[in-house]
Amino acid sequence: MSLLIPQAGDIPLPDPGPISAPYWQGCREGVLRYQRCLDCGAPTHTPALMCAACASMSLEWVDSSGRGEIYSWTRVWRPVTPAFITPYVPIIVTLEEGWSILSNLVGCEDDSVAIGQLVEVEFHHSGGPDDIWLPYFHPRSP
Amino acid sequence: MGHPFRDVAIVGVFNTKQARVLEGYDSQSIALEAALGAIADAGLEPRDVDGVVGGIASNFLYQSRIGPAWRSMSPLGIPAVIEGAMAIACGLANTVLIATGEAGSYRQHASTAPWTRPTNEFVAAYGMFTAAEFALMARRHMHMYGTTPESMAHVAATIRNNGHVNPQAVYSGRGPFTADDVLNSRMVADPFHLLDCAMTSEGGTALVLTHADRAGDLAKAPVHLLGGGTDHYGPSYQHPPVWDLGGVRRPDLIAGHVGRRAAEEAFASAGLGPSDVDVCEFYDPFSFELIRQFEAYGFCAEGEGGDYVMSGVIEPGGRHPITTDGGTMSFSHGGASVQLFQRVIRGVQQLRGECVSSQVANAEVAMCTGGGAGALFTDVLLLGKDRP
Repeated sequence: MSLLIPQAGDIPLPDPGPISAPYWQGCREGVLRYQRCLDCGAPTHTPALMCAACASMSLEWVDSSGRGEIYSWTRVWRPVTPAFITPYVPIIVTLEEGWSILSNLVGCEDDSVAIGQLVEVEFHHSGGPDDIWLPYFHPRSP
Repeated sequence: MGHPFRDVAIVGVFNTKQARVLEGYDSQSIALEAALGAIADAGLEPRDVDGVVGGIASNFLYQSRIGPAWRSMSPLGIPAVIEGAMAIACGLANTVLIATGEAGSYRQHASTAPWTRPTNEFVAAYGMFTAAEFALMARRHMHMYGTTPESMAHVAATIRNNGHVNPQAVYSGRGPFTADDVLNSRMVADPFHLLDCAMTSEGGTALVLTHADRAGDLAKAPVHLLGGGTDHYGPSYQHPPVWDLGGVRRPDLIAGHVGRRAAEEAFASAGLGPSDVDVCEFYDPFSFELIRQFEAYGFCAEGEGGDYVMSGVIEPGGRHPITTDGGTMSFSHGGASVQLFQRVIRGVQQLRGECVSSQVANAEVAMCTGGGAGALFTDVLLLGKDRP
């Protein structure tokens, strides 16, 4: 049993492009953002030029509540590179607005994770040339 | 209209030696050995080839001076075989060589293999690689249907035992394995233990297709493509591997069942169904994927794959024996593309009746697959002995 914490080592960091820049700027500001279609209202993630539901090119960036629940999880003991401290817990979170994100679970013991667990986003400064703040998720009460 | 692949036959197949490390080889040289092996297996000469598939086979095109020739750059397994068959069916080529190899690119194992961890800004920082991607799919299935690590371990032990008795497998003689051996191996990405996962190795592989009118004169009995299909949702390992990911065109075909459409198309053009399949050369990146495939292809109902693999059908002598050479868990996993062809190679060997281990008696129909839910694609190829 060990407390899950954000990775602090020399992990590979995102290299934001023009499409994703507003997402990472939101993370710097402590806000999880996603794209919503101006025509049909559907949410889209990962950052895209086109609505995943209706192929409209009219997308707007909106703020997520940052709250959701765990859709699936795994607990990794063989790290992808030696820079990662194990165990770490990749999760898919379904946000309240109905979109999915891949992240890591933090702020709890590694053996307490379960599908359906309510979680909320938090941001950790990873730095690098693009001043990255990575979104992680921790358990929350209803 | 006749069957689209009526005029196509697979007439040559070859695996080079497969090993954890192939000293003295690089990817080009081991692929060249594979290419020459498959051409010889067919009873042909290099100059008989007038079409190639894949970047490495493209090098063969120059080295052997068989150009000008038809070329495709399709690299990844069954789609490349289908493309080569289409070239022959359309009259763009008469004899197509597909060859690939991998040696020398992954020998320091501090990190997972490079092909398991593509760089992506929404994935890489979270420590993702193939085992974790596929585990997220498996975990969801366990949650929905109560699928157990024990049923996954039974799959892994069955495949590894096929490799154990195969003198050509990288892990020949490493067993026999029980499900408990799998469950007691160290955890890689929950629910996958080390022995639930594919290995990494080096090797080359190749196959030759030609026009069916010519196939009867060659060295070995021809094997025919009864049907095939490919299901893809987009690039692998760049988006969350959500079991329920659906599309706008067919919302019922979710990523968790990827391969269902491909299998339906393959069975339809073959005029066959799951019960007709004598050999299940299913791709085995992780043990759960076999359970998932039996559901996706309609061998059993959704959620029943765990019980299905425990019912005695997948072992040697069962109705639907799986991955009979040991697959990527025990036979070989030669990098990014080699192993994606080797289910087809093995399917051909089974229908020829020439397997040195785990030969299925009187096999008439082989189902060969590639990919998996964690990679958001699955390809299917049905092979048979009779010209369709």
